[in-house]
Amino acid sequence: MTPLLEVKNLKTQFLTDDGLVTAVDGISYNLFEGETLGLVGESGCGKSVSALSLINLIPNPPGKVVGGEVFFEGRDLLKLTDNEVRAVRGDKIAMIFQEPMTSLNPVLTIGYQIGEPLEVHRGATREEALRESVNLLAKVQISEGQTRVKSYPHLFSGGMRQRVMIAMGLACNPRMIIADEPTTALDVTIQAQLLELMKGLTREFGTSLIIITHNLGVVARYADRVNVMYAGRIVEKGPARDIYADPRHPYTIGLMASVPRLDQDTKVKLIPIDGQPPDLLHIPSGCSFHPRCKYAVERCRFDRPELTVVSENHEAACWVDVRK
Amino acid sequence: MSESEKPALATTESLETRRISQVGMKALVRTLLKHKLSRLGLTCICLLILMAIFAPVLAPYHPNDQDLYNVLKGPSKEHWLGTDNVGRDLLSRILYGARVSMTVATFATLGAIMIGAFFGLLAGFKGGVIDSIIMRTTDTFMVFPGLIFILMMAAALGPGMKNVVIAIILFGWTGAARIIRGQVLAVREEPYVEAAKASGASEWRIMFKYVLPNSIAPMIVVTALAMGAAVGMEAGAAFLGIGVQPPTPSWGRELRTGYSYLERVPLFSIAPGALITLAILSFTLVGDGLRDALDPRIRGEGKKIK
Repeated sequence: MTPLLEVKNLKTQFLTDDGLVTAVDGISYNLFEGETLGLVGESGCGKSVSALSLINLIPNPPGKVVGGEVFFEGRDLLKLTDNEVRAVRGDKIAMIFQEPMTSLNPVLTIGYQIGEPLEVHRGATREEALRESVNLLAKVQISEGQTRVKSYPHLFSGGMRQRVMIAMGLACNPRMIIADEPTTALDVTIQAQLLELMKGLTREFGTSLIIITHNLGVVARYADRVNVMYAGRIVEKGPARDIYADPRHPYTIGLMASVPRLDQDTKVKLIPIDGQPPDLLHIPSGCSFHPRCKYAVERCRFDRPELTVVSENHEAACWVDVRK
Repeated sequence: MSESEKPALATTESLETRRISQVGMKALVRTLLKHKLSRLGLTCICLLILMAIFAPVLAPYHPNDQDLYNVLKGPSKEHWLGTDNVGRDLLSRILYGARVSMTVATFATLGAIMIGAFFGLLAGFKGGVIDSIIMRTTDTFMVFPGLIFILMMAAALGPGMKNVVIAIILFGWTGAARIIRGQVLAVREEPYVEAAKASGASEWRIMFKYVLPNSIAPMIVVTALAMGAAVGMEAGAAFLGIGVQPPTPSWGRELRTGYSYLERVPLFSIAPGALITLAILSFTLVGDGLRDALDPRIRGEGKKIK
């Protein structure tokens, strides 16, 4: 089975006043039809940038995708012209952002905004788009769509706005949705509701989903496969089950140990990962995680490990076998 | 939350300038009317506009009718404000003068704001070379003092009402462009602009549906102030003889002619002068009121003035 999305060696750099920053450094992964992929990592590890790079949304300047290939439906998205990528965005690939409070245009009605992708990509008239947006509101479980489409975003709560964003994303029935920390700004009960909703809808329509998050709980519950990122690189990838049951990279192990688990004795202490996330201007030589790694050996300081298969479908980039 | 008529004003007290959509037009007018001075200004503007529209009905004489037996006379029963140096009824001429003033102010301001908004939007949104070219162009226009600029334009285009409008537009668009550009620079970083990009909207759609509507709130204040400035510039141009040409009545022109007879008939120049002052003052007061209504940080000041 050929994957829906095939990312090969994607590399994105930003030119800052202090120098060249490589935010995404040669990452590769596949995404299959109907699959949910979790991108996990600390703030600034390149999760969002790697996703934005896929559909050419990196502000240029200062940013630029400098290398790699992104095959989607057989075409390399990075080689398309601006207009061709624009035709893909919102139609085949939709994106949901992390700030529902500010991601809607305050001067346009909800209905107009939900229907806009249909006007842009499908040539729908204003009336058709508005009718469809009533249906889409029902899909994301907002009642009274008929009256709600006429209201403005400031009348909606954060959770409702994120539902609206999801409805917008679903408008053109995309093959793939990128959700960039979709629930970060919301409270916990709403988070769960929205994730269930997204999971249900993507299953219903066979849509592939990339969830970008730093919340391991979200990933455990909803992702089929997980990519763990650190300093612009994927350090471990594999089925969510394996990553949780048998993490092979010290960073993943650290992440696991630093969040509470419900199946754990409440007296067990959480263990933070020591040190700071690396300054992307001065990435440590060798394995970029070695200064914070308690398993580090001499080799880690100068020799950078590549992803190697540790078990079926499960890869990690580490010189040390952490099981010993 | 049944119908969308929730009192939007009382909700979040954010520190940024309120967006019109959030304040709501009705609430904006309500706040404006609470402000005593701007209520006064608004009343005066309405009166001036009515004066301009109904000048033919209100004026006792045709503005160019001469009464040669009564030249340079003070107020009387026949001529309430007296007559000018060729025996024309001053009241009628001033009423008709409102037409020129209001017309020039309206068209010049609208033109300047529309052109300024377009170029400001383009400069702020596109950035880079386009931004530099547009902003350096505004610099070039801005080095000239207003009246000198209008004198230059009159020399190039010749006198007349249409050319005064063109001159004021050419002078005024730069301010509007700069203000809009500043707003656009902030708005284009808003998440909803990124969201619009991600949904595949074209640049023009993003500029005119997303960025511009969210950038124009400060323009409402600027429009009111610019109207006042335009009245002043028109009067100034007419005073110097490069505005509206005789015999069309204009406040600036009356003021200039009356000025020669200041000792004999003071009202001849005082009356048009007072109306020019009143018009400019009214627009300024409304502008101030609008600024207060749109900016929660200084909303308290209006109350103190009361």
